[in-house]
Amino acid sequence: MEISSDREYIYTSSELDRQEGQLIEEVKAGARESIPDPDGWLEEEVKKNIMLSSVDAVLNWARRSSLWTAICFPACCAFEFIAAEGPRFDMSRFGMEILRASPRQADLMITAGTLTWKMAPVVRRIYNQMPEPKWVIAMGACAISGGIFRSSYNVVPGYNKIIPVDVYVPGCPPRPEALIYGVQQLQKKIAKEHQILDLPQKLLKGKKE
Amino acid sequence: MTVALSGKDIAGQLEEKFPGSIEETGPECIVVKSDSLLAVAEYLKNTGSLAFDYFNYITAVDYYSYFEIVYQFTSTTHNHSFVLKTRCYDRENPTVPSVIGLWQGADFQEREIYDLMGVKFEGHPNLKRLFLWEGFQGHPLRKDYLQ
Amino acid sequence: MTTTEMMTLKTEPFVLNFGPVHPSTHGVYRMRATLDGEVLLDIEPVMGYLHRGIEKLTEERTYSGIIPLTDRLDYISPMSNNLGYCLAVEKLAGIKIPERADYLRVIIAELQRLANHCIAVGSFLNDCGAYYTPFMYAFREREKIIDLFDMVCGQRLTYNYMRIGGVSQDIPAEFLPALKKFVGQMSRWIDEYDMLLMQNEILLARTKSVGVLPRETAINCGISGPVARASGVNWDIRKNDPYSVYDRFEFDIPQGETGDCYDRYRVRIEEMRQSLRIIKQAMNDIPAGPVRADVPHLVRPPKGEAYAHLEAPKGELGYYLVSDNSIAPYRCHIRPTSLINLTALREMVKGWKVADLIAIFGSIDITMGEVDR
Repeated sequence: MEISSDREYIYTSSELDRQEGQLIEEVKAGARESIPDPDGWLEEEVKKNIMLSSVDAVLNWARRSSLWTAICFPACCAFEFIAAEGPRFDMSRFGMEILRASPRQADLMITAGTLTWKMAPVVRRIYNQMPEPKWVIAMGACAISGGIFRSSYNVVPGYNKIIPVDVYVPGCPPRPEALIYGVQQLQKKIAKEHQILDLPQKLLKGKKE
Repeated sequence: MTVALSGKDIAGQLEEKFPGSIEETGPECIVVKSDSLLAVAEYLKNTGSLAFDYFNYITAVDYYSYFEIVYQFTSTTHNHSFVLKTRCYDRENPTVPSVIGLWQGADFQEREIYDLMGVKFEGHPNLKRLFLWEGFQGHPLRKDYLQ
Repeated sequence: MTTTEMMTLKTEPFVLNFGPVHPSTHGVYRMRATLDGEVLLDIEPVMGYLHRGIEKLTEERTYSGIIPLTDRLDYISPMSNNLGYCLAVEKLAGIKIPERADYLRVIIAELQRLANHCIAVGSFLNDCGAYYTPFMYAFREREKIIDLFDMVCGQRLTYNYMRIGGVSQDIPAEFLPALKKFVGQMSRWIDEYDMLLMQNEILLARTKSVGVLPRETAINCGISGPVARASGVNWDIRKNDPYSVYDRFEFDIPQGETGDCYDRYRVRIEEMRQSLRIIKQAMNDIPAGPVRADVPHLVRPPKGEAYAHLEAPKGELGYYLVSDNSIAPYRCHIRPTSLINLTALREMVKGWKVADLIAIFGSIDITMGEVDR
């Protein structure tokens, strides 16, 4: 097959030499200063690789930044929760994208729906199966107080009759933005928790024994 | 348009076939006695000109002195519908024959009526509570149910 | 006994519990499945975990006050529930509604059908194992429809938009241009799902000939909606018993042949296309005028009873109302589409495996709010 001579990438040998020479001149011109060390941008303190913080701060930060939700979706609020997990409101930016089917791998229960007396033992069992630490967000009016169905014969007036609740998010159903605000309030609550006992008390205990 | 057959259309045929079974003929429905319910229902389903093969719903209403069980059927071939009712005057132990042998769609709905109203359906293979738990006292949808 | 006889494995069936809290049970639905190894012999459904006693609550609320309760029945398509209830009260009281309200109702009901089928298809594919990807795609579309509803009535999920005598308020000026833009883009997105999934080997292997529902069983059980149409039943209330102004629009009713899971999925996709067709026609013909008839706030229908049904996205949703001329109904019974559609589940799953149970159950598309009420 004939190769036409006006194609761009066929060069004569003198042109090739010229281009190589140009490249060497460019590298030489840019190499006047030495390239800094890869970790040169770190501050001296950080380079020592030791951080001073309280154990509480680190534990709480780890726990609140990766809350895994247990699946427990009775009713309509479930769809606002799923919408919050969806692409628009995206809860995975808070570390919450995992929805664990097994409560033994979860630490947050978002109660999205009306609780009935028939369902109550099941919810309590799921709560008991979750390992410590665990938190509960009551989502929606039905979860807080029974909501629009309060006077019914089969509806429990609020989840806090069955399990302890940390954060209440009102709405019927609460918008995903409201749920995310509720999650952020829970994160603030977790940030204030004391996991480790106060040091003086611990020392006192040691002395007694 | 689905034509809602009136009581008078069917009353004549039913009186001929099952004399004495009709209690009342309303403008849009027929009330039959509960012992002839199964025979009437079978006639409605299997007669060519009526052919009520599609079971819309079954429900019960508590009128203090009696329970009224309401059935609605539709025919997919002739595109007409009909409402059949039966009454149950016994308040302590209301019983009505079950139409589950003719229309399987009555399965869950009859269990629901038993659960919430207390009306028993004879011939239902699995008549137990559907929505409420075993041991629940009373039948909530009755008018005299106190929480 | 010979050695081979002694070494023969004996099996016996056992009962495995699914739910009520299970990722694929579409709500709190419990099944006690009798299994012989992986093969299903029988299932026994246990319901009532969401039984809120809505029918009893209707007896203590006024006619207009029941509309928010109906929202919570089938919470994926609340507009259809509202519409059905309003149709029943209007039939009972003999109220005639203005034409603009009728057109608005049709547009909103068809948009609701689109939103419902988005979730139905998305979660069905989730159950079949395509994890969350189609679900996220479906939610992207649903968010656009919910934005339109937000524009109309201010709510995202429980709308409370229909009123006895029409709709609660007129559409804002930006609704119709936004709707036009949405309709133009939606058909491209439906084609996108089709292209992604229609020839997908895994989907075909998991859904073709799985969970067949024969036509006679479907009619006998009272099954309605896309499930019945996939089995070959030519029954759609919008055509056979038109309500509102559906008789003015041209649209087809997609039907399946075999009644397997794949047919149900295809029927839903085709119904989405037909809904777009109806919306386009309604958008062009919508007349001006009031959106609500002159109905007193406390409606007092005359003594009597009425049953009104409509083609909700899941099937035939009906309301049976008995009135004794007071401000609250004497009895309000809701014909639960999902509960009746579940009647055929036992026949559909016998002989299939556990994974097929999840696929078949997902293809029926139920909502526990409607099953339990």
